[in-house]
Amino acid sequence: MSALLRFEGVSLRRGGRLLFEELDLEVGPGEALQVTGPNGSGKSSLLRLAAGLLRAERGKVQAAEVALADDHAALDRELTLRKALQFWGGQVDAAMDALGLAPLAKVPVRLLSSGQLKRATLARVAASAAPLWLLDEPLNALDADGLERLSRLIAAHRERGGAVLAASHQPLSGDWRRMELS
Amino acid sequence: MIGSLITREVRRGSTGVTWLPAAFFVLVVALMPFAVGPDARLLGRIGSGVLWIAALTAALLPIERLIEPDRADGVLDQLTLHGVADESVAFAKILAHWLTFGPLLLIAAAFGAALLSMDGRTLIAAEIALLIGTPGLAALAVTIAAVTSGLPRASSLAALLLLPLAVPLLIFGAANAWLLEAAVSLFLTAGAPFVAGAAIRAART
Repeated sequence: MSALLRFEGVSLRRGGRLLFEELDLEVGPGEALQVTGPNGSGKSSLLRLAAGLLRAERGKVQAAEVALADDHAALDRELTLRKALQFWGGQVDAAMDALGLAPLAKVPVRLLSSGQLKRATLARVAASAAPLWLLDEPLNALDADGLERLSRLIAAHRERGGAVLAASHQPLSGDWRRMELS
Repeated sequence: MIGSLITREVRRGSTGVTWLPAAFFVLVVALMPFAVGPDARLLGRIGSGVLWIAALTAALLPIERLIEPDRADGVLDQLTLHGVADESVAFAKILAHWLTFGPLLLIAAAFGAALLSMDGRTLIAAEIALLIGTPGLAALAVTIAAVTSGLPRASSLAALLLLPLAVPLLIFGAANAWLLEAAVSLFLTAGAPFVAGAAIRAART
């Protein structure tokens, strides 16, 4: 089966600093890869490269359709949560259920706590049909219930043939390949 | 997606302080009789120019909310991931900005004309000039919002950029040289999505 994400000899420089050089990686259907490394090592930049939001200095990046959850919610603060998520389309109600957000459907986004907003950001990704999920520090601000729901969501996505690339300095539960950036 | 984006932009532009630029426009016009005196003939003669100066300064007010909030909240990134070209984003924002800014300004101009003792014929000419020129002004505002997005003191910088670039619109608009004004407005409106799109892309990287 063909890879959903492939880096071939990718180098990236930001702000004059070389973040990584000649990086090769491949993520296939059903796989999950966690990128670890200290602050500023380029984890988020790697995700943005995979999303096509950054261009590599050298090398080739090939990716399937992606959905990205980073620290920007990209949800209209004045709308209710359901309407804000519906702007981006997809299976919104199912994603809200999966992340325990159904009771908050009519609450304006601006009134959500940081943990609820994190769940909403993950719901935006879960609602999409994209086979490759890019999650930047997905555990931040989540409580125990949120962590459990995220684990289940990722497992179900992988079972459907989807893949996940996550950048996190905290260990992610489950069967993950790991790659460290220095 | 582009239809949803235009609807979203119009909704965002129509909530909150939509009336602020129009109110500011009327306020600037209302100051003029205090500055030059109550001579109705003089006010009527300079009326078109005053309306244009007021329109330019009012156009500065919404610049900060046109691009920067969406850049800072990741909306522009998500639109890219949903396959919407940056140029299309810029076009949607220009169209929505004009829809929420232009018609209100045209209404406010009627009030302004009364304050300046402009006669009906001059008012109609000024309204036509504003109708032709405000799309160009909206295009310029979105472009400058994109170029200055994320920069420190962006609003001051935006004013320094917008006012000189709007001078051709001001000259032809105030002089009721409609064909030349339309040419400038068309040039700005046609070119702005590409310049603003490139600026949005550059800010991302």
